[in-house]
Amino acid sequence: MTIFIPTPLRSYVGGKNAVEIEAATVASALAQLTAAHPDLRRHLFNDEGKVRAFVNLYLNDEDVRYLPAKEETAVSATDTLSIIPSIAGGSPFMPCGER
Amino acid sequence: MSTVTEPIPLPELTTDELARYSRHLILPEVGVEGQRKLKAARVVCIGTGGLGSPLAFYLAAAGVGTLGLVDFDVVDASNLQRQIIHSTRDIGRKKLDSAEEKLTALNPSLRIVKHETRLTSANALEILKDYDIVADGTDNFPTRYLVNDACVLLGKPNVYGSIFRFEGQASVFAAEDGPCYRCLYPEPPPPGLVPSCAEGGVLGILPGLVGMIQATEVIKLILGNGAPLVGRLLLVDALAMRFRELKLRRNPECPVCGANPTVKELIDYEQFCGIEPKPKEEVKLQNGIPQMTVRELKQRMDAGDEVFILDVREPYEYQIANIGGTLIPLNDVPRRMTEIDPGQEIVVQCRSGARSQRVAEFLKQNGYDRVANLAGGILAWADQIDPSVTKY
Repeated sequence: MTIFIPTPLRSYVGGKNAVEIEAATVASALAQLTAAHPDLRRHLFNDEGKVRAFVNLYLNDEDVRYLPAKEETAVSATDTLSIIPSIAGGSPFMPCGER
Repeated sequence: MSTVTEPIPLPELTTDELARYSRHLILPEVGVEGQRKLKAARVVCIGTGGLGSPLAFYLAAAGVGTLGLVDFDVVDASNLQRQIIHSTRDIGRKKLDSAEEKLTALNPSLRIVKHETRLTSANALEILKDYDIVADGTDNFPTRYLVNDACVLLGKPNVYGSIFRFEGQASVFAAEDGPCYRCLYPEPPPPGLVPSCAEGGVLGILPGLVGMIQATEVIKLILGNGAPLVGRLLLVDALAMRFRELKLRRNPECPVCGANPTVKELIDYEQFCGIEPKPKEEVKLQNGIPQMTVRELKQRMDAGDEVFILDVREPYEYQIANIGGTLIPLNDVPRRMTEIDPGQEIVVQCRSGARSQRVAEFLKQNGYDRVANLAGGILAWADQIDPSVTKY
């Protein structure tokens, strides 16, 4: 599947705007993505391993939070996963350091 | 969804207006009645900056009868790359006065209402209540959540846009039917080690694109025609020139527009967004970090003191201007800490002193004891020490 990387996070995946991953579920796709690019992990997940409240994940055009199986939803090669952080006025409010 | 309240009869169009809006009038989707709706409409733009400029311009051109503008800022040279309502000669002038002049020149019959204030929890309901539609062109999270909550509480549609570098988002948060901004993002991001609004950068054209999408949605809401962006999040990627659309669902547990709301009045949004109130008097220590003035640094350098100047800006900023610091961009600091000697005295520097403060705090938390922030950054350096340093 294709994972679209938003501008604020591209520096953690070598500047790419999309990453191709072979995975069975949303969760495993994210696990592979953060395994390949460990710096991404803290931007997407909090200390409890939950997706941060200001980051949304969309499988195709659907918010993963509202899918019946949520992150365990099965995915195929043609699916796209979009990471959509909140943005404001030229400011990507992504936590870049452990605070 | 409520748009223009109907009980008052729609105003008639004058002969001049019939001529001015003739290209609208021949559109069946607008027509005379639609143009009268536009004339009766009252829209408030929060901010007359990057998004507010095209928004207000096109709404004025389209004949929106009452246009409220909320801003407290003055025009800066760095605004002109995108805030097209302001001109070079307006630098230093109040944005409200500059915007009013352009809008009145374009369409003299409009009623422009200037609200020269920062929108706050104390004044938001009072300001917004007199309008039919709110167009949110804010550039910061506290105001974003404030506008959202106020719109939900007042039952006003909130036409939303936001931008970052080459990417934009737009949607219409329909007050009564939801979803609202909090359904999309329940919580703001913590103010972390990130570029501040002024430092993240934005392609000048992007707010134009997104602001015009907002203007289009405002006009459609007034006309009651077309499919509004309600329940849809439009994403704009200007670099790829790709528009994508995502479904936006109402969160039944939304604290503002959900079934059992817990936010029933406006709150302290600075606090909600984790922003500490700024102390009034000048502080030497900020969050435990000594604030070094540019004069102090210059004295130390002239005296030959061993001070490690850590420049945390982006490489392109360094190219524009630098004071000889060691460049490690903010985002790279966590993984390049081995290049920073904890035994040395460190002065962290950026453009204005905001990013460097966060890096200084980060370093202190990671065991660096002798770390100071260069107050005012390279801008202060250019102002007070070396005018040949380019300000940007």
